[in-house]
Amino acid sequence: MRFTLSQEQALLRDTVARLVRERFGFEARLKTLESAAGFDRDVWREFAEIGLLGAPFGEEVGGFGGGGVELMTVMRELGRGLLLEPYLASVVLAGSLIERLGTPEQCSDYLRPMIAGEALLAFAHGEPDSRYALEQVATRAVATSGGWRLDGRKSVVLHGGEANTLVVSARTAGAQDDEKGIGLFLLPCDAMGLSLHPYPTIDGLRAAELELDGVVIPAEAALGEPGTAYSAIEAAVARGLVALCGEAVGAMETCCDMTLDYLKQRKQFGVTIGSFQVLQHRMVDLRGLLEQARSMAILAAGRLDGERAERERAVSAAKNLIGRAGRTIAEESIQLHGGIGMTWEYALPHFAKRLVMIDHLLGDEDHHLDRFVMLERAASAAPPLSAVN
Amino acid sequence: MDLHYTPEEEAFREEIRDFLREKLPPELAAKVRGGKRLTKADHERWHAILSAAGYLAVNWPRAYGGTGWSPVQRHIFDEETAAAGAPAVLAFGVNMVAPVLMKFGTQAQKDYYLPRILDGSDWWCQGYSEPGAGSDLAGLKTRAERDGEHYVVNGQKTWTTLGQYANKIFCLVRTDPQAKKQEGISFLLIDMTTPGITVRPIITLDGGREVNEVFFDNVLVPVENLVGEENKGWPCAKYLLTHERTGIAGIGQAKAALQHLKSVAGRQLKHGRPLTEDPTFARRIARVEIDLMALETTNLRVIAEAQSGGAPGAESSLLKINGSVLRQEITDLLRRSVGPYALPFLSELMDAETNQTPVGPAEAAPLAAEYFNRRKLSIYGGSNEIQKTIVAKAILGL
Repeated sequence: MRFTLSQEQALLRDTVARLVRERFGFEARLKTLESAAGFDRDVWREFAEIGLLGAPFGEEVGGFGGGGVELMTVMRELGRGLLLEPYLASVVLAGSLIERLGTPEQCSDYLRPMIAGEALLAFAHGEPDSRYALEQVATRAVATSGGWRLDGRKSVVLHGGEANTLVVSARTAGAQDDEKGIGLFLLPCDAMGLSLHPYPTIDGLRAAELELDGVVIPAEAALGEPGTAYSAIEAAVARGLVALCGEAVGAMETCCDMTLDYLKQRKQFGVTIGSFQVLQHRMVDLRGLLEQARSMAILAAGRLDGERAERERAVSAAKNLIGRAGRTIAEESIQLHGGIGMTWEYALPHFAKRLVMIDHLLGDEDHHLDRFVMLERAASAAPPLSAVN
Repeated sequence: MDLHYTPEEEAFREEIRDFLREKLPPELAAKVRGGKRLTKADHERWHAILSAAGYLAVNWPRAYGGTGWSPVQRHIFDEETAAAGAPAVLAFGVNMVAPVLMKFGTQAQKDYYLPRILDGSDWWCQGYSEPGAGSDLAGLKTRAERDGEHYVVNGQKTWTTLGQYANKIFCLVRTDPQAKKQEGISFLLIDMTTPGITVRPIITLDGGREVNEVFFDNVLVPVENLVGEENKGWPCAKYLLTHERTGIAGIGQAKAALQHLKSVAGRQLKHGRPLTEDPTFARRIARVEIDLMALETTNLRVIAEAQSGGAPGAESSLLKINGSVLRQEITDLLRRSVGPYALPFLSELMDAETNQTPVGPAEAAPLAAEYFNRRKLSIYGGSNEIQKTIVAKAILGL
């Protein structure tokens, strides 16, 4: 068992850490999040130049073949700097689906330009009534003579308004909650019948609502065999969960660092507030939570490339624990900072907001706790009780 | 990064499993699993089995008759023995006084005492806590005055775990009352059969007798029983406390308890269905299981660090805090799992040899008592508040 990074992984971490130090200043962030695109195109180009946009992909599609540990490592550093860039949406979610299901032509038409930083992707899967359930898809895809017609709505599509191409899920068969019968389709952002309503999110990112009203696409726009996309979606979301867990740990580290610094500097009643035992113990509790969160991010990353049952169990456990830890660290960091923790001009509350909002992405702590229970039940399939006692 | 055990470590695990299948008496495992009280003979029996196999002193170097195991091997051993229902090895001799003797003891002390720990001749207990000191360890008052070839010891120790079975006690005593708090303390080895020693039971809230008060009234202790130098006992005391202890997080015990919880809850009914299928209860179990996954990984990270030469310092305080809280939570759920049958208190049912008829499910009898007993986890070995203060100072620099 080894918890240290390999030389290549450590190099990757250091490269991203330097980029974050140099390009992710808080003042710049405040300006960027008010800008039209909502993220820094120059930073994105640098991501492409150093190969970051290809990190999780195989070499045959132009990536450099990183696995879960690389992804977690990259996202942790980006989380420390509170990125605004569409890495999760474009690289991790949509990119993973194209890599997994795409034909060589699709990979070269959509994935390669994305890896090169020339085009953006987004994954449109959630719907107004699906909450976090991956199998809930009401959007319909009906076969036409030359291809498919899509009708439905997609909600809170991360960076949907900035993407050139959307990976949209739609049902080709089955009931609304069937795992079977879900297809994925590549949709240009200017498709006829598609309306996009972009908006900012509370943590400074961008998302969009989509309406698909008789959108007609050719047969070759289908990604993979229509109707069989569920397991690929689950695998891509697992990757997304590892990314979010890594990002959350990075944001937690910054929150804890800033809060600890504050406790050491801020004076009240003639002494630093960090000399008060009640605050010391609260800070230690945060440190303990951070350690637990780190462990779960590592565990999920380490299981990402393994077999499904182990992978899903680990990512759901990790997202549950990190959801809980993230919320507590966010709330406590604000509290320990007092009034300054409530101000827009100070970085800390922006990290806290991101931590709380990460819990709303790809399933919150309740969702993943229920899912963990379900996975456990499926796995154990009632062992004989006498065997235990 | 690699989250898998090496083939050698997996082979080692198999070796330990084979040993447990062969040598762990089933009736002893049943007692442990059922939460029954262990007798002195039970402890001695398991101790002798481990000793015969060379598995008793897991953290001793080979030169002294230990296993010389790596931290990972010790972790695997803890996990497997707990899962199999083996009694926990009492730490006082093997893991507390022995490392102090190895580091600070004279050759004669090592030659005499260490083999006696291995062969079970001595049962050690701890003489650290005092009524007025507690977590303020250096606040101790027990006096030892030099009189020729002896120290004359007067005072009182408390919370002495299983002192009723012990024939030896290691004590912190004040040899210079004028010196600063930490500087006038010495580390003494005392024979419990010496005249002037009285052991009085303290019955704990669960009705058990686990701890004692020990009184010293002009007890004569030969000067050769001093460990290290006179008045320089504080480094020994601290070494004992901070000495690398495997299993401080209690992962093995927590895993075994979680398994027990699932099996007990699986046999209880709510609305005619197993309690493990009740959404609220299932979520509570799942949450501790996830916390345990995280803690185990944290523990392995610390072990891996130790393996590669880094000394586990204040991290072990975090493991102690999280591990004790987690184990307390599991006993809380165990108590809840039997609902109203947590109420009956039939003390004899907690002993294995009893003819008393159980009330409700047989496995329910010890659960509430166990829950109350486990409150000690966050109090002993330096309370969790003390641990937090250590972390605040040592890791956070506050």
